[in-house]
Amino acid sequence: MSHALADSATMLRRNLRHLLRYPSVTIMLAGFPILFLLLFVYVFGGTLGAGLGGSGGRADYIEYVVPGILLMSIASAAQGTAISVATDMTEGIIARFRTMNIARVSVLTGHVVGSMVQTMVGIVLVLGVGLLIGFRPSANAVEWLGVLGFIALVTLAIVWLAVALGLVSKTVEGASNLPMPLMFLPFLSSGFVPTDSMPAGLRAFAEHQPFTPIIETIRGLLTHAPVTKGWLAVGWCAVIALGGYLWSRKLFNRDR
Amino acid sequence: MTNAISVVGLRKAYGDHTVLDGIDIQVPAGTIFSLLGPNGAGKTTTVNILTTLIRADAGDVAIMGQREPDAIRAAIGVTGQFSAVDNLLTAEENLILMADLHHLGRRAGRRVAADLLERFDLVAAARKTAATFSGGMRRRLDLAMTLVGGPRLIFLDEPTTGLDPRSRRGMWEIIRDLVRQGTTVFLTTQYLEEADQLADRIAVLNGGRLVAEGTADELKRMIPGGHVRLRFADARGLESAAYALGAAQRDDLALHVPSDGSLRSVKALLDRLDDESIEVEQLSIHTPDLDDVFLALTDKEPAR
Repeated sequence: MSHALADSATMLRRNLRHLLRYPSVTIMLAGFPILFLLLFVYVFGGTLGAGLGGSGGRADYIEYVVPGILLMSIASAAQGTAISVATDMTEGIIARFRTMNIARVSVLTGHVVGSMVQTMVGIVLVLGVGLLIGFRPSANAVEWLGVLGFIALVTLAIVWLAVALGLVSKTVEGASNLPMPLMFLPFLSSGFVPTDSMPAGLRAFAEHQPFTPIIETIRGLLTHAPVTKGWLAVGWCAVIALGGYLWSRKLFNRDR
Repeated sequence: MTNAISVVGLRKAYGDHTVLDGIDIQVPAGTIFSLLGPNGAGKTTTVNILTTLIRADAGDVAIMGQREPDAIRAAIGVTGQFSAVDNLLTAEENLILMADLHHLGRRAGRRVAADLLERFDLVAAARKTAATFSGGMRRRLDLAMTLVGGPRLIFLDEPTTGLDPRSRRGMWEIIRDLVRQGTTVFLTTQYLEEADQLADRIAVLNGGRLVAEGTADELKRMIPGGHVRLRFADARGLESAAYALGAAQRDDLALHVPSDGSLRSVKALLDRLDDESIEVEQLSIHTPDLDDVFLALTDKEPAR
């Protein structure tokens, strides 16, 4: 236990070196949600904005859609995490780590914290592009801290789940496919259109899946509005993070 | 503590396929022990159990006197069959990664890394990523990483597979050097020459059982096969020699005469032919090598 922190820091350095050596992966993971942001604001935004019931059209829609795009960034990073974990497991160096007297979980925490850093870089890039094209959040300093802290928590949860998905996949191809539902879930939530515009069955799903309270918490903080489902969102994150962690640990410790 | 490795009654099965069927191994500290066997004999499974990668179904395993996985891991170094280097890191970064995981501290870690780069002839490649390395360089880096924590016992699973003859000899020198400094080495190999060159004791694994164990010489003595091969210019020479020497195996225009290969017996043989005025075109002496031992002992197809 005493070495868990030191070993995790060592593994984090290893993972950050990988990221720095291949920055194209980080850029690509951030580029995908940025494309979606531009697509949804400039192509669909005029019409979707009119349907929100306000007066602003495209300008209203950008305020509405940014939290959904942020979630999409996290989901897209999850795919990157699953792929990099699965790739790592095919390398002989993992067998070496298993024969060393180190805190085993540090191999995984190195990936988790590395992916969190990578994701937060993507989040900042997406927010930056959002601000450039007219996103004007009304959040105050405390709410901004809340947004970043909460996004970090969501990222932690999704990344632990992604590590487990990467470990459970038998191939790197499998690891790139398994997190696909995560990329799709923001669409089946209040991320892109309000849930009350959906047909009954879909609406029931959208209102009760974890991404909806998560997106609404981010939206509430960014728009200086009351956050009504904050604890529900935090609860979902805690459950997903703990589940992902326990599952990952079990998968990593099994006999090879 | 006299034995670095002490294994009694080791068993492992996957489903109803028995991989190891009761193995006993004792390796005295400071020696090289080599496990030989055909593909699928269970060599890598044995290494994986001894290095805590997988659990045995039954049997007692004591490594450097330890039985707890973490205590064993702290005492050993492992160079597996597949390159265990981080391809995205440079040689130096790989070594410092190991130093950090051994908690050597920043300065000591850098010094150990620099020493190993020097010793394994990797200074020029220190700042290149391992992905660009040749097979020989990768193997050297792999072994250098294994040595970072200064283990007293190292496991080498087919350390020279895929290397060219020069790199292989370089690797042998490094291994001999380690043993001179008191390290114990557990080596698996499919190259019999490698076991012959390096190992103090050799065990032959076949179908999940140890079918022979001893020094290279002891193993060679276990099987017949030493002979002198005489080749003649024509059938007449062959016939008269066969008549003069009695029982001998024929092979085209050559005779295989059983012999222990000593100078005295060869001289006696030549004198005999000389007395009969039989012209020998070419003579060669064959002593049984580990290939013969291997083929004789692992004759049957393993169960798998």
